[in-house]
Amino acid sequence: MSDSSAPATSGSAAHDPTGAPGAALTTADGVPLKQSLNRAIRRSRIKALLLVAPLLVFIGLAFVMPIFDMLSRSVDNPEVSTYLPRTSEVLVDWDGEGLPEEAAYAALAQDLAAGLKARNLGRVASRLNYEKSGMRSLFMKSARRAGRMEAPYKAALIKADEDWEDPDIWRLIKRESSPLTASYYLAAVDRQFSPTGEIVEKPEYLQIHVSLFIRTFWMSAAITGLCLLLAYPVAWLLATLPASRGNLLMILVLLPFWTSLLVRTTTWIAILQQQGVLNDMLVGVGILAEEARIQMIYNKTGTIIAMTHILLPFMILPLYSVMKTIPPSYMHAARSLGAGPITAFRRVYFPQTLPGIGAGSILVFILSIGYYITPALVGGQSGRFITNFIAYHMQTSLNWGLAAAIGSILLVVVILFYLVYNRLIGVDKVKLG
Amino acid sequence: MSVINQFTASFTTSRPGMPLRSLLAVAVAAAGMSAGAAQAETLNIVSWGGAYTDSQNKAYHEPWEEKSGDTVVNIDKSSNALSGLRAQVQAGNVTWDLVDMLPSDALIACSEGLIEPLDPDTLFAAAPDGTPASEDFIENSLSECFVPQIVYSNIVAFNTEMFPEDKQPDSIDDVFNLEEFPGKRALQKKPINNMEWALVADGVAPEDVYEMLDSEEGIERAFAKLDTIKDSVIWWEEGAQPPQLLADKEVAFASAYNGRIFDAEVNEKQPFSIVWDAQVFELDGWVVPTGKLDKVKDYLMFATDTQRLADQAKYISYGPARTSSAALVSTHADTGIDMKPHMPTYGPNFETAIPKDDEFWADNLDELSQRFNAWLAR
Repeated sequence: MSDSSAPATSGSAAHDPTGAPGAALTTADGVPLKQSLNRAIRRSRIKALLLVAPLLVFIGLAFVMPIFDMLSRSVDNPEVSTYLPRTSEVLVDWDGEGLPEEAAYAALAQDLAAGLKARNLGRVASRLNYEKSGMRSLFMKSARRAGRMEAPYKAALIKADEDWEDPDIWRLIKRESSPLTASYYLAAVDRQFSPTGEIVEKPEYLQIHVSLFIRTFWMSAAITGLCLLLAYPVAWLLATLPASRGNLLMILVLLPFWTSLLVRTTTWIAILQQQGVLNDMLVGVGILAEEARIQMIYNKTGTIIAMTHILLPFMILPLYSVMKTIPPSYMHAARSLGAGPITAFRRVYFPQTLPGIGAGSILVFILSIGYYITPALVGGQSGRFITNFIAYHMQTSLNWGLAAAIGSILLVVVILFYLVYNRLIGVDKVKLG
Repeated sequence: MSVINQFTASFTTSRPGMPLRSLLAVAVAAAGMSAGAAQAETLNIVSWGGAYTDSQNKAYHEPWEEKSGDTVVNIDKSSNALSGLRAQVQAGNVTWDLVDMLPSDALIACSEGLIEPLDPDTLFAAAPDGTPASEDFIENSLSECFVPQIVYSNIVAFNTEMFPEDKQPDSIDDVFNLEEFPGKRALQKKPINNMEWALVADGVAPEDVYEMLDSEEGIERAFAKLDTIKDSVIWWEEGAQPPQLLADKEVAFASAYNGRIFDAEVNEKQPFSIVWDAQVFELDGWVVPTGKLDKVKDYLMFATDTQRLADQAKYISYGPARTSSAALVSTHADTGIDMKPHMPTYGPNFETAIPKDDEFWADNLDELSQRFNAWLAR
């Protein structure tokens, strides 16, 4: 970034004087100076661009494209229109009242038979089964008979399965035959379309995502707060100790930072589990009775403890880098002017560390709402994050559209936090060490 | 002079000549090797890992490697086989050659065109007495794209040392009876099996379970029954966990695949026992990813024949899926114990067995999983 902007600013600085009327300066070979300068600037810009080109291409391929692909999956809805082409065309003209005409049944019978033969009917059956249980077998069963059906198809299909007499099923097919859908986003916030097309809440026993979003946010906030509490004194110590001891302390901060995430997480399991080190110690010294061992892991407590530890360096380092730049003379001056230690800290020292607090907090918060492996290992049932459900929908329920919708919502929230932060503190003030 | 001439002559001619000849030799050797390689291939076979993959290694892979020169690479990904297949087919880069899968997943994969249709009588060997494969496999076990290897069972097992000798659990009701049989229960973290067992423990006859589950009343009844033990349940996700939890006495009961419990009982001498009451049995078998049929044809013919299926039952207590194999099932390969009483299909074990209803779960798994997860989070 700075490579390409440096010539640009020097260029505009050089540009101003030549802009004066009548001062048509030329270079040695007779080209006007302005033109020659512009050419030189353009050349250096192209060079700079070429230098960063591999990185840009890499970011585009490995970062921007996958994100775009994920975002598009959350609304992409090709199944019905692709695999039931005739039906979706006929249904365009259907008003959604009562049952559709014979033409729609005939088109469906044709589509079912063709889909079974081409072995892609399962894709549309899976898609519609997300919206309504039982659609898969309705499609597969009817398709097996569709090849032998004869007109009138309406009667034949209803004979094959009486669900074809249900207008709601036809409305569902019509709704999902549009190439874009909001269903995944609705499902991500525990809503759904009612048969008549209104957005309604899902039944309570199916609601899960909203409470997980809320849990993810408040636990991330708690982890950020704990990190700040623990990191602030450590960072202060690091910044004020003489270099030799400060470096030793810094190594103690960085050593766990360099240790594998899995090792640190499993270490917490060994320490916190019911038959673990901490419970053994408490029982050993008689603070706890043998049968009163505390459940400290596989719940919220476990997630908060392990994640606070893992994310602590991300708070310490920005705080340290800011505190390092605050001259100790400020505090001395405040004290000599009569401020007590608390006032001096509150009015002189603390405000100067705000950029560090902001940088560390935003970093820890954003990292923790996207955290996945630690909650999965130590979170049990109650300490899981929404990210664990993204993984669940990717790997187990295979509802990739829903996973993409949840992921997109998280992405939007992170961007919002970033914008708010930028407004309040300014991203240019972020220092990461 | 002539000596020098001869020398230089031989030098100039043989110098380029020798490498050319050796190059040719190398090329010929390489051609020979690649011709050999066209026959000796590397097969990427996806399965469940642990004791189950071990039994396949001994019964199928090792004999086949010896016979054909192929190399078999085991990939322990069957628990995510369907999503793996979808991802590989979508990306247009299928690296799996043969996948061990449940029939319910195979139904879905087949209808989405992810796997090859398999014609039993041309692809699988006939029984030794000449019965064609289509009639030799257990009735209704073959489907369009799926060939079964085994019948396995989901059961609840317990550690016999956790209960007094005169009061050992023997029915599914006992699993839900915290008063008489205290201790934690390890159950698999999905609605399948747990909902069936909850209903049976609540008094529903095994044969009526799916009819009951197909109604709102049945679902509520199952969750209400599960509620009674919810606080004592540890949820597991990998097949290797339940034997470990039982061995560590972390839990008193654990739902598991019967073969894993057998493996721990026999090979590790663990004091485990199985509650066969209300076992939920199903098949497990092979599917071929689209485009891979030619590559695995020969292996598949070999690995699904009567003897091979019977051989697998020497290593793990899963019933062979061919009728003709059943007669050949004898004793455990290492310990020599009789395998028959450990099979899910053994008479006394089979009395209250529930056949897993693949169609019910294909339709309802999406919604019931969501409901199950919401129930867990409450």
